[in-house]
Amino acid sequence: MSREVIAAGVVPEEAPQPSRWRLLRRSGGFRAGAAIVGFWALAALFGPMLVPWNPFATDPLHALAPPSAAHWFGTDQLGRDIFSRVIAGSRDILTIAPLATLLGTIVGSALGLAGGTLGGAFDFVLGRIIEVLVSLPLIVVALLALVAFGASPATTIVLIGLVFAPLVARTVRAAVLGEIALDYVAAAELCGESRLAIMFVEILPNVLGPVLVEATVRLGYAVFAVASLSFLGFGPGPPSPDWGLAIAENYGVIAGGYWWTVSFDAAATASLVVGVNLLAEALHQALAS
Amino acid sequence: MQDGPAAWLARRISFGLLTLFLLSVVVFAGGQLLPGDVGRAILGPLADPRAVAALDRQLGADRPAVMQYLDWVLGILHGNLGQSLEFRAPVSPFILGALAHSLRLAAVALVMVVPLSIGAGVLAALRRGTLIDRVISLAGLSLTVIPEFVTSILVILLFGVWLRWLPISATWRAGTGLLGQLDHLILPAIPLVVVLFGYIARMARAGTVEALEADYTRTAILKGLSGAVVIRRHVLRNALLPTITVIAAQTSYLVGGLVVVESLFRYQGIGSLILAAAHARDFPMLEAGVLSVGAMTIAVTLLADALTAFLTPAPVPGEGG
Amino acid sequence: MSAALAIENLSVAYRARGEEREVLRGVSFAVPAGGAYGLVGESGSGKSTLALAALRLLPGAGRLTGGRVRIDGREPYVLDAGGLRRLRAHDVSMVFQNPARALNPSLTIGRQVAEAYEVLGWRRAEAEERAVAMLERVRIAAAARVMASYPRQLSGGMQQRVLLAMALAKDPLLLVLDEPTTGLDATVEAELIDLIAALRGELGTAHVLISHNLGVVARLCRRVGVLYAGRLVEEGPAAALLADPRHPYTLGLLQSLPSPGRRKDQGRLATIPGFPPPPGRPTEGCVFAARCVLADQRCRTEPPAAVDLGGRVSLCHYVERIPPLAHGTIRGVAFAPVGRAPTPAVIEAVRLSKTYRVGRRAVRALSDVSFTLGPGETLGLVGESGSGKTTLARLLLGLVAPDIGGEIRLDGVPLAALAANRGAAERKALRIVLQDPDSALNRAHTVRHLIGRVLRLAGLQGAARKRRLAELLAAVRLEPRHLAERPRQLSGGLKQRVAIARAFAGEPRVVICDEPTSALDLSVQAAILNLLADLQRDHGTSTIFISHDLSVVRFLADRIAVLYRGCLMEIGPAEQVFAGPHHPYTEALLSAAGMPGERRAPVRVASTLQGTREDGVTGCVFHARCPRRLGSLCKTVAPPVVEADGHAIRCHIPRGELGLAASPD
Repeated sequence: MSREVIAAGVVPEEAPQPSRWRLLRRSGGFRAGAAIVGFWALAALFGPMLVPWNPFATDPLHALAPPSAAHWFGTDQLGRDIFSRVIAGSRDILTIAPLATLLGTIVGSALGLAGGTLGGAFDFVLGRIIEVLVSLPLIVVALLALVAFGASPATTIVLIGLVFAPLVARTVRAAVLGEIALDYVAAAELCGESRLAIMFVEILPNVLGPVLVEATVRLGYAVFAVASLSFLGFGPGPPSPDWGLAIAENYGVIAGGYWWTVSFDAAATASLVVGVNLLAEALHQALAS
Repeated sequence: MQDGPAAWLARRISFGLLTLFLLSVVVFAGGQLLPGDVGRAILGPLADPRAVAALDRQLGADRPAVMQYLDWVLGILHGNLGQSLEFRAPVSPFILGALAHSLRLAAVALVMVVPLSIGAGVLAALRRGTLIDRVISLAGLSLTVIPEFVTSILVILLFGVWLRWLPISATWRAGTGLLGQLDHLILPAIPLVVVLFGYIARMARAGTVEALEADYTRTAILKGLSGAVVIRRHVLRNALLPTITVIAAQTSYLVGGLVVVESLFRYQGIGSLILAAAHARDFPMLEAGVLSVGAMTIAVTLLADALTAFLTPAPVPGEGG
Repeated sequence: MSAALAIENLSVAYRARGEEREVLRGVSFAVPAGGAYGLVGESGSGKSTLALAALRLLPGAGRLTGGRVRIDGREPYVLDAGGLRRLRAHDVSMVFQNPARALNPSLTIGRQVAEAYEVLGWRRAEAEERAVAMLERVRIAAAARVMASYPRQLSGGMQQRVLLAMALAKDPLLLVLDEPTTGLDATVEAELIDLIAALRGELGTAHVLISHNLGVVARLCRRVGVLYAGRLVEEGPAAALLADPRHPYTLGLLQSLPSPGRRKDQGRLATIPGFPPPPGRPTEGCVFAARCVLADQRCRTEPPAAVDLGGRVSLCHYVERIPPLAHGTIRGVAFAPVGRAPTPAVIEAVRLSKTYRVGRRAVRALSDVSFTLGPGETLGLVGESGSGKTTLARLLLGLVAPDIGGEIRLDGVPLAALAANRGAAERKALRIVLQDPDSALNRAHTVRHLIGRVLRLAGLQGAARKRRLAELLAAVRLEPRHLAERPRQLSGGLKQRVAIARAFAGEPRVVICDEPTSALDLSVQAAILNLLADLQRDHGTSTIFISHDLSVVRFLADRIAVLYRGCLMEIGPAEQVFAGPHHPYTEALLSAAGMPGERRAPVRVASTLQGTREDGVTGCVFHARCPRRLGSLCKTVAPPVVEADGHAIRCHIPRGELGLAASPD
């Protein structure tokens, strides 16, 4: 009896590896991050409709009131309800930061894919531009550009997007170079695949994971940058309930003990960036496994 | 791979100079070309067009961009960073004074963060899987991304307002030395420490874990060396070399942090100078500020490269491997 | 006297993602003082874990879940920190598989070797003196120079000697060697194995040798244990166990090796069906049941107990049924011998050279290689790392262009240097199967896409494509359910089958196989070799088979070419290359592989201090290591190629004086 015959029959089932999605869902960091980011996303979408007070209504008689049953987080210098403003204040940052990230990711992925696959002079110039941008403090560049172009949400989005693009491109390029070193790219060339097919059908699906991780990491930095810029006075103007702006406006009174005027906005900002970062880390772990 | 360390360093320096050139183009474009009519920007929308044109001519803003750029660069090379529009005075003294202040604040932050973060990273690696490791790892992950103004608010409330341990203004009093000013610098340094801590600690942890699991560490353990010798001579030596580059790479975040922290704590450093120039639309001051911090970052990166090259044993001969 | 190492009922588990995975279970064996014990197993069988567990060196996630370890009567898991350190300082040592990783990259060799003496209480200067002496003892000629070097500056063989020196510094009772020669070239490996055997004789250290290579274990060890999926399935005296195995796995493993001298026209290789289970997967009955010809319901439900066979042990319910199995059941269809008709060559390679630029230096990867490949013929390409085997494959495929002057002809027509400039039919004619299927198969795509895409590029449409896909799948013995799976869901052997199907999809004239089985487990290798021989016979495809493994090449190849540092040293019909006269380098390779009939003193070549090549060689590239070099002639004058009966040898030594294989009586 030939054993080869048996071989065909009883190839044992390989234990299927748990899918990445399942690994992700089981991770505590992912759940916590998703809960935080989800909460703020809902707040940005529906918050202004649900909050107990009008975030813009001033009430000079109740200015700087400490947290109470009526005003859970207290009121600010103009007597506006801080709880309502914190909830409503998520809208600007959660519009600007994701759009900037999206722009940076799309432009950066295109650049990185092109740089990695084309190589040559294009890749060299890209490499130098990346090096310049890495050596520049984002906030400082942003200040220069915002002054030059005039501050507006659109400028901020384009600016952060363009600053992120080379950083995303660096990650994508490295991933693409890693893929090109693998034999399947040579195999595809030998089979007569076109360059475009190799770029989009062979390589692209394998770098989507790193792109997703990088985009999430970038989103964290975008929130960081947008919040910092609005704190520095280059974000939405009054009477916006934006967190950074609120802290800048009320920072002057905290020495008088009015801690609630800034603490809740600070906590909101911190929770959002930490949430995004937890998501990024969980994605990174799931893809690395 | 064939280069000796000298050739390698020469290449790094030439890349650094190229980066500096590109930076200057970006700054020049951002500061002088894009804002459009400089004279109008200074004199305001109601000024007489003839006065605007005269000012443009005086400032040289009516000439071709390349000529303006060359003039500007030549000026910088001669130590002339331009005239402040706001103060009607050369910007160089402002920049130099502010840089000196910022360096002191940065030094205080680095003196605190480097031992703290490396120590925490190594400790987490040595106790990996335990509660300490998880706390350090999670802290590292979260603290890195919290904006400095948030942490600043927290430390001001905690140490300045409630506990009243430390002054919440860092304004440099004339005539004090670094030590006399130190108590004013600790509070503003904390937000910088918090932001830098996470990344350095994570890299130190990763490097140490890798070295701990390496076969050469097992070889050392099997020699019967004591735990302390194994860790000092075999683990840390290999684990911490890459940390130099990691710390240098944080310089640009540090500068970004300075802008926020210095303005919050009313400290006369380069960050608050840049922010003030931005609000006042004082372009020469803004350009000089951005250019100088950019140049500093490039220099720090180069220094770290050189240090790493110096500390790395024996370049690989031949085709390596 | 207590045993140097005694392991009783040892179980080890790893924690991964919150789950305990048991990677070793109930392992028991003992090594007497001065003894030599071999542990054999495939990847994932738990053999390295066993070594680390024995020395209490398990990584953080690993844990002893049961059993006892005793080293010279002392228990490392019971000793306190000081006792453990004393035990390690004086009595046990280990040599790891990858010497580059086992040496601290940032300390000099001298520092690291001397350290081993300082622990024993020697002062620095004395320790260094002793270190030099020990390096000389492991046959390192330039010991002083090596002392001042950093690990990266030494070749792999040299690094492994340094590790041996460090391990032996304390004159230990027990030395554990974990795959000490894997990854080294055959000639270097042979030298090291001789050294290990000699040192054991000199010092009387007990050795535990872990290896996947049965030949190495057979040469060095008195007793052998066979690990499979974390169980010691068979254990006994080496000679008896290898000659008369009493476990179906051991038997299958031995039978599936292409035994030395065996050729494809003498019959197929026996195979073990299926694949080893992933480490730590719990099993109900016998771990080998899924792949065992003897397995029945009892094997699948009831774990077998150890059966004592008088000095040897087997973990099988049906020990008595194994000897009959060993005799006469391995019969299969023999491959028809390939008649070499004097037809025109399919491939002609003419004066191929390739120079790479590394920095400012030119490195010659291939120089002046010419050969032909007939229709349906298999050319075996043998050489060690850096011999230019893979460069040659890349040149033929058109992935890199040869230096000016070289030419490749397909059916007599010159091919464009780069694949991109070749016509579709020409590109289709040459295909490759690579060593690492993980790299060769795009992990983003399903098997259906991977093979179907090639068929579509070959111009097949609709129903014809479907039919061909089904044919190919059957030809490489994959099942239709595999079509929807992605590479990460397949085991190594299955992945390589997909790669083979893809290579044969376009009905190529020539398939180049670049070490297609060297990333696979032994028990899977045989099935792949059979498959390649089958496909080649059925399709009449010419094959270039690149390998460092002489017995594999001998099994498949009709003709053999031997490459050394980019030069073709010898080429000829397989039997003649094995019978001789040999080029001195071929002779060293054959001797290193321990070919049968080798009765004379082994031929060994000196390994160089550094793995770098000498530039500006005007003479023979092998002269520096050649045991038979003729003074300055070999160094300065390029040797002539002398041909007789289609067997060409590049050497100054007259053909009549070159070595012959000893008569096989």
